[in-house]
Amino acid sequence: MARVVVDVMPKPEILDPQGQAVARALPRLGFDGVSDVRQGKHFVLEVDDAVDDETLHRIAEGFLANPVVEEFVVRRVQA
Amino acid sequence: MRIGAVTFPGTLDDSDTLRAIKASGAEAVALWHGDADLRGVDAVILPGGFSYGDYLRAGAIARFAPVMDEIIAAARGGMPVLGICNGFQVLCEAGLLPGALLRNAGLHFVCRDQWLKVENNTTAWTSRYDAGAEIIVPIKNMDGRYAATKSTVDELEGEGRVVFRYTGGNPNGSLGDIAGISDPTGRIVGLMPHPEHAIGALTGPSDDGLGMFLSVLDSVVAA
Repeated sequence: MARVVVDVMPKPEILDPQGQAVARALPRLGFDGVSDVRQGKHFVLEVDDAVDDETLHRIAEGFLANPVVEEFVVRRVQA
Repeated sequence: MRIGAVTFPGTLDDSDTLRAIKASGAEAVALWHGDADLRGVDAVILPGGFSYGDYLRAGAIARFAPVMDEIIAAARGGMPVLGICNGFQVLCEAGLLPGALLRNAGLHFVCRDQWLKVENNTTAWTSRYDAGAEIIVPIKNMDGRYAATKSTVDELEGEGRVVFRYTGGNPNGSLGDIAGISDPTGRIVGLMPHPEHAIGALTGPSDDGLGMFLSVLDSVVAA
């Protein structure tokens, strides 16, 4: 078994109103110095050893992320 | 004339869609997400709602339902398909229409009567409208902000594939005030507002939505 992490983020050119709302809330909570926040998704997958990197890429590109508006990174974090 | 409306887990507007189909004079056919069977319909409507709870992304899971394989194949073969609200999101996720629908810019669930301009009255779903007609139908969604690459939006604008545009205020930050688009053939159309909720004064703000259900009858007869 292996643990695989897939991080999905809105592309830089895509407006992220949720991230903006978080960024605007921080000063009200007393946290200064955070100029920008982008909000995405973090998936943790437990996969069989038989699942290769190409398959993981297809899972991320074809389902976990929508490549029209999102970018993604696939990482094996535990062998 | 048989027009189908699909029910996914979490679909909300299938009843109103079937009612609107009946009001147009066609036979309304209920289709089930788990059945790989279109029951001989001449056109299909994907209604609004929150299929699979909008988990992952709106429309992302419904897009893999057994009935969708049939709809994708039939759509590529020329069958008229209309996606309303969540149905529009499903069509984008399925790759039948370009772009994506994202969280409304104001982060509000927008629920109101919305004016739209019919920008293209040559599609299978809009032929009953006058060019440039302004219609009022309800809109109700959380993820209605149309987004796509600049080249995609330029292509849609250049080819007249922006079918509906918001007027009187953009409710969600959609690029170019885009409310609805079509594929290159004009037979696959998706829009965020709800024509099925505007088929008569008793239950809606107008009967402006009925034109979409009547239009497709003309297109099926002509085909």
